[in-house]
Amino acid sequence: MAKLHITTSINGEATEFLCEPHETLLDVLRNDLQMTGTKEGCGSGDCGACSVTVDGRLTCACLVLGVEAAGREIGTIEGIGSSDKLSVIQEKFLEHAALQCGICTPGLVVSTQALLEQNPNPTEAEARYFLAGNLCRCTGYDKIIRAVLDAAATMRGAA
Amino acid sequence: MSEAREFKYIGQSTIRPDGFDKVTGRANYGADLSLPGMIWGKILRSPHAHAIIKRLDTSRAEAFPGVLAVATHSDFPSVTDQAIESGEGSLTLLDLARNVLAKDKVLYHGHAIVAIAAKTSAIAEQALALIDIEYEVLKPVMDVREAMAAGAPILHPDMFTQGLAEKPTTASNVATRLEYKMGDIEAGFKDADVVVEREFYTPTAHQGYIEPHACTVRFEKDGQSMIWCSTQGHFDVRASTAKLLAMDLGKLKVIASEIGGGFGGKTTVYLEPVALILSRKSGRPVKMIMDRDEVFKATGPGSATRSWVKIGARKDGTITAMQGRLAYEAGAFKGSPVMMGCMTAFTPYAVSNMYIEGFDVVVNKAKVAAYRAPGAPQAEFAVEMLVNELAVKLGRDPIDLRLQNAAQEGTQTIYGPKFKRVGLVECLEAARDSKHYQQALAANQGRGVAAGFWFNVGGQSSVHINMNPDGTGTIVEGSPDIGGSRASMQMMAAEAMGIEPGRLKPIIGDTENVAFSAGTGGSRTTFATGMAVIEAAEDVVAQMKQRAASMWNVTAEQVEWVDGVALNTAGEDRLSLAEICAGADRTGGQISGRGNINARGAGPSFAVHLCDVEVDKDTGKVDVVRYTAVQDAGKAIHPKYVEGQYQGGAVQGIGWALNEEYIYSADGLLENAGFLDYRIPVASDLPMIDAIIVEVPNNFHPYGVRGVGESGIIPPLAAVGYAVENAIGVPVTDLPLSPPRVFNLIQGKG
Repeated sequence: MAKLHITTSINGEATEFLCEPHETLLDVLRNDLQMTGTKEGCGSGDCGACSVTVDGRLTCACLVLGVEAAGREIGTIEGIGSSDKLSVIQEKFLEHAALQCGICTPGLVVSTQALLEQNPNPTEAEARYFLAGNLCRCTGYDKIIRAVLDAAATMRGAA
Repeated sequence: MSEAREFKYIGQSTIRPDGFDKVTGRANYGADLSLPGMIWGKILRSPHAHAIIKRLDTSRAEAFPGVLAVATHSDFPSVTDQAIESGEGSLTLLDLARNVLAKDKVLYHGHAIVAIAAKTSAIAEQALALIDIEYEVLKPVMDVREAMAAGAPILHPDMFTQGLAEKPTTASNVATRLEYKMGDIEAGFKDADVVVEREFYTPTAHQGYIEPHACTVRFEKDGQSMIWCSTQGHFDVRASTAKLLAMDLGKLKVIASEIGGGFGGKTTVYLEPVALILSRKSGRPVKMIMDRDEVFKATGPGSATRSWVKIGARKDGTITAMQGRLAYEAGAFKGSPVMMGCMTAFTPYAVSNMYIEGFDVVVNKAKVAAYRAPGAPQAEFAVEMLVNELAVKLGRDPIDLRLQNAAQEGTQTIYGPKFKRVGLVECLEAARDSKHYQQALAANQGRGVAAGFWFNVGGQSSVHINMNPDGTGTIVEGSPDIGGSRASMQMMAAEAMGIEPGRLKPIIGDTENVAFSAGTGGSRTTFATGMAVIEAAEDVVAQMKQRAASMWNVTAEQVEWVDGVALNTAGEDRLSLAEICAGADRTGGQISGRGNINARGAGPSFAVHLCDVEVDKDTGKVDVVRYTAVQDAGKAIHPKYVEGQYQGGAVQGIGWALNEEYIYSADGLLENAGFLDYRIPVASDLPMIDAIIVEVPNNFHPYGVRGVGESGIIPPLAAVGYAVENAIGVPVTDLPLSPPRVFNLIQGKG
């Protein structure tokens, strides 16, 4: 089958790609665009390692087809922080040692950003429930939740 | 070491040197490398739990457009059987070859049979469907009781039980029987006023690392090959793959990618040798990535176990006898961690009379792999549950009873050595004195206490530190960093050299640019590789002093090294490390230090956990409402990552206790091979996990370090298990304590 030509925007940058109809957005990002910051842990929407935003809405990239990116605004981990300045969320994850192996971290950073855009002052329970779709097997979540709450407080203070 | 030692960098929680890459998505894991001309490999897996392969024909798949190579077991060169070192697990070479690609018989649902490499993974998947294969389906054996019963279907007709007094004449699913004993067990029970005993069951549980197994490989025409993969030990991947493919070690380079969790499960090979065969046959680089259901079906898991334990004590609380029988599932090939179960089960206790026997049993499930303190959580679960029951029968506080019987310096272990200094008493005291332990329980709540023991290991590590002309340096080590160990290496080297940690960059060398290093397992990295780092750093310092001495025309003994600066004790001269590096071209060339060790003296790390649960008696749902993990770190190099090990181990154990289990159909097919149905803990399941670091130094390490990676997964099974028992007032024997099981226990249908 012929590949489809898709025009989209990724992290604010106009992007074109060719993809098979069956390819997921995750496949496209990782294999066609070499944007490997978005990770694959399950391919079935259960682990959150591939968390991205589509038109601002938090989504698992493994549950979206590449062709569905057409005309949308895609946000990935590569769009968060810059090479000389990390985002507050990223800094707080490092400060609190909120990662061990780090495979879940890009997804958690994307999800935390989505959380704090919706709710700048989450309670611990709200943070835990919002992030329940992002599996981490290393940390037991304690330091992740502390990093998220600290990031929220810092961002409120800075706003 | 001196306990009063003041450290400059050790004990601070620095920002990890690989942190920036990890939070920005720049870090490259197993699936993140692509090479020009690369093709994709996929594996056909058994739809049956136990079957003979009657006929296998791959010709239609080979002819499918886009398919570039097909591999089966017959592509392995013939090899003689031999034991292979593979991290914490154990498999013989023949079994490993048969696990990686089945020979004649499939032994579990998901057992690999044929691999196909094609231009795209979609083509490879399509081609898998064109493999013609005919099975004779056999009855599967799914539990140690079935497997050990007379007349059970036999997995391996050539396997005879080792370790029996008389050599058996018939094949068995029991690979090995072993025993450990100390004192006189019968006399011990005669001396007891109170005896408790119970049978327990723990389910098959998976390590559950979030990153699936993945590799990219390239077989070169001149015989030099490369593997990039996610592994806890790239030297072990090299050894196993080279042996399977009859290659010289020097012709195979293995690069450890960043690793997305392992917990013991990434100490063996599954894809790597297969991918290399596909690359050799196709002449192209090959990438293979497991799907999540392949990870569940064909990798890991930890052993399901059945155990029986009996403990006797005098009225005054002295434990007089501990006896046990453990049967561990090995999966399809022999080699469960039952020996470690036997060695650890009673070891938190100083008891004169002990006897334990163990059985290594094959069943039609994936071959088990090491899982964080392999074998210990299951055995110590049984013992700790009963110690809590004993405390109730004796009317004693469970921590107080443990303190009375706690192993300490000089205690004889059942497996051989007497303990040097250990920190169990200190951990028990810290738990007893915690705010958590003082807090009263509310209605429908229960509390569990449990201890955990793990040996920790040392072994070989190699490190070199290459100094740059500007005084910065690179620490090249060979232990994959699975939880932030590069930060610890950087801090230990900085401490030894007296310079800022940020001036040293730690990296994991591949198998060609650092000498052999054992894998990251056995809680060995910060201990053993840390010792090699310190040795290399001290080598750098010694050379710095010599260079300064040669510049000043004095002897090296006349040079002192203070905070990264050489001082001439015969004069006023001083040279900083950076100045010596800048002048190295004039004093003999650039400076690099070396540390190649085989570390002995890994200090055991004891843990003590407290768990409060609340049980919803209408549904059987259990919530952990408060949790405290206490553990001896010897010396915490980076306290936050040490706490992280305690918290992560605790939560992994909570998952094992409450939710996680493999569920099989009557035909032996795995029914929950995904994260939706094999439910590991999520953020909303948990409270904060209080971590208390106890520091009883290990005198074999220059800074006092004990490994901390594994002990933390041992206590949760009984801490949670007994908390539930305490809340519902009904004895708990089987894990996981999922809502239906707890509901049935409450209803008296347990």
